[in-house]
Amino acid sequence: MLEFLYNTGRYIWFLGKVFSKPEKWRIYIRQLFLEFEKLGINSLGIVVIISIFSGGVISLQTAYNITNPLIPTYMVGLTTRDSIILEFSSTMLCLILAGKVGSNIASEIGTMKVTEQIEALEIMGINSAAFLVLPKIVAFVFIVPILVVLSMFFGISGGYFVVSVASHIVNSENFIYGVHYAFQPFYVTYSLIKSSIFAFLIVSISSYYGYFTTGGALEVGRSSTKAVVYSSIAILVANLLVTQILLS
Amino acid sequence: MIEVIDLHKSFDGKEILKGITATFETGKVNLIIGQSGSGKTVLLKSIVGIHKVDSGQILLHGRDLVKMSPKEKKEIRREIGMVFQGGALFDSYTVLENVMFPLEMFTDLSYAERVEKAEYFLKRVNLENVNHLYPSEISGGMQKRVAIARAIVLNPKYLFCDEPNSGLDPKTAKVIDELIAGITYEYNITTVINTHDLSSMMEIGDNIIFIYKGLKKWQGNKDQLLNSGCKELDDFIYSSSILKKK
Ligand SMILES: Nc1ncnc2c1ncn2[C@@H]1O[C@H](COP(=O)(O)OP(=O)(O)OP(=O)(O)O)[C@@H](O)[C@H]1O
Ligand SMILES: [Mg+2]
Repeated sequence: MLEFLYNTGRYIWFLGKVFSKPEKWRIYIRQLFLEFEKLGINSLGIVVIISIFSGGVISLQTAYNITNPLIPTYMVGLTTRDSIILEFSSTMLCLILAGKVGSNIASEIGTMKVTEQIEALEIMGINSAAFLVLPKIVAFVFIVPILVVLSMFFGISGGYFVVSVASHIVNSENFIYGVHYAFQPFYVTYSLIKSSIFAFLIVSISSYYGYFTTGGALEVGRSSTKAVVYSSIAILVANLLVTQILLS
Repeated sequence: MIEVIDLHKSFDGKEILKGITATFETGKVNLIIGQSGSGKTVLLKSIVGIHKVDSGQILLHGRDLVKMSPKEKKEIRREIGMVFQGGALFDSYTVLENVMFPLEMFTDLSYAERVEKAEYFLKRVNLENVNHLYPSEISGGMQKRVAIARAIVLNPKYLFCDEPNSGLDPKTAKVIDELIAGITYEYNITTVINTHDLSSMMEIGDNIIFIYKGLKKWQGNKDQLLNSGCKELDDFIYSSSILKKK
C-alpha cells in the first residue's frame, strides 16, 4: 500500500517533468518522427494479423452460438461488429500493445538509465524525462487511434471472410446487412477516446518503470515486466471508468 | 579552479562522503584516487550536480553550485563535459551523431558546420572511419574516445572523467591518458579524473587527491606520490601494483 502511494506520487512528479517545454523544437520533432516509426509502423503487422484472426474467431463463435432459428443470421454480422468496435479493437488491442510497446519502451529507457545515458543527458543540461518520453507519448496517442480504426476494419473483414466467404455459415448479404444494421457512430468515437487514454497510460507507465530502474541488466528485465503488468492493470481499470462515464 | 568544502553525502543513512575538502586546479589534470567503493564516483557526480549533496560547498570559479537555482545549474552545465565510467554513448545514435548531439542541442550551427566540428573532434581523439557505426559496433577503447570527443565538443571549462581507462589494455589506456592531458593543457580546462590506475597517476597526475573511507587522506602531485608518508596511501599503492617498497 505504502509502495503504491510512493509510486503514484513519483509517477505524478515524473509526468510533471515530462510535460515541460522542449529545449529545442527541431530535435523534438525529429524524435517524434522516429517514434512514429518505432511505435506505429512497427506495430502495423501485429495489429493486422491479430485483428483478422480474432475477428474470424468472434464471428465463428457468434454463428455457432446462435442456433435459434428465430434469430436472423444477420445478427452474426451485427454482433461481430459491436464486439470488435466496442471492446476488441480498443481494449484487447491495447492490452496486446501494452505487451509489445510497453516492454520495448521500459527496456529502452531502463537500459539508458543503467548505462548512465540518462545522466549524460542531464549533465548536458537536458531534461531527460521530457526529451525521451514526451515524443513517445505524443506519437503513440496520435497513432493508436489509427491502429484501432485499422483493427476494426481488418477485424470485421476477418469475421466476414471466415463465416461468409470461407465457410458460408452466414450468407454474404446477410452478414453485410448486419454490419450496417443499427450502426451507432458514437461507438467508434467512444472506442477512439478510450484507446487514446490507453495509449497514454501504456507509454507513461512503461517509461516511468524504465526511468527509475537501478542496477543492471537484470533490473531492466524486471522493469519491463512491471511495465507490462501495471500498464495492463491500468488499462483494465481505466476501461471500466471510461465506459461508465461515456456509455451511461 | 574548483573548490570543494566539507562535502557530505549519504545514501539511505549510510554516509559515503564524510566531509571532503579539496581543490582542483585549472589547466591541470586533477586525479581522484582511492579503492573501489571508496566513493570516487559519488564525489564526481556530486561535484557535477547529478547527486544532491547533504551539506558543503562546491565552488566552480567561486560560484557555489549547491546554492544555485535549477536554471543557473542548467546554464553552468553547458560549461561541463563528462565522460562516464561506461562511456554512456547514446546507443540509438551513430558515433558522429553522438558527437554532434550537444552541438545540435546548444548551438545554432548549420548541419554542415556541425558535421565539420564533430569530425574535427573525432580526429582529435584519433578516430577515423567509424563515424557512421553505432556504439555497439566499436570497441570499448573507441567508445571511451567517442565519449571524450562528445564531452569536449562544446569547449567546456570543466572536464570530468570517471575511470576513462578502466578495462582497457595498458597501451590504449596510455593513449587515452595522454589525450586527456593534452586537451587539458591545450584548452586550459579544469580536468578531474577518477582512477585507480597507478600508471595514470605517475604519468599525468598534476594534482592527486586520495580518498579513503569517505575522507581526503592526502593531496599532492605525481612526484610526491611514492614518498607521501601517508600509510593508507602506501598500502593502496603498493598492494595494487607490482612495485615493492624498498
Ligand atoms: N545511487 C546510490 N545509492 C546508494 N548507494 C550508492 C549509490 N551510489 C553509490 N553508492 C554507494 O557508495 C559507495 C561508493 O561508491 P562509488 O561508486 O563512489 O565507488 P568508487 O570509488 O567509484 O568505486 P569504483 O572504483 O569501483 O568505481 C558504495 O558503497 C556504493 O554502494
Ligand atoms: Mg566509480
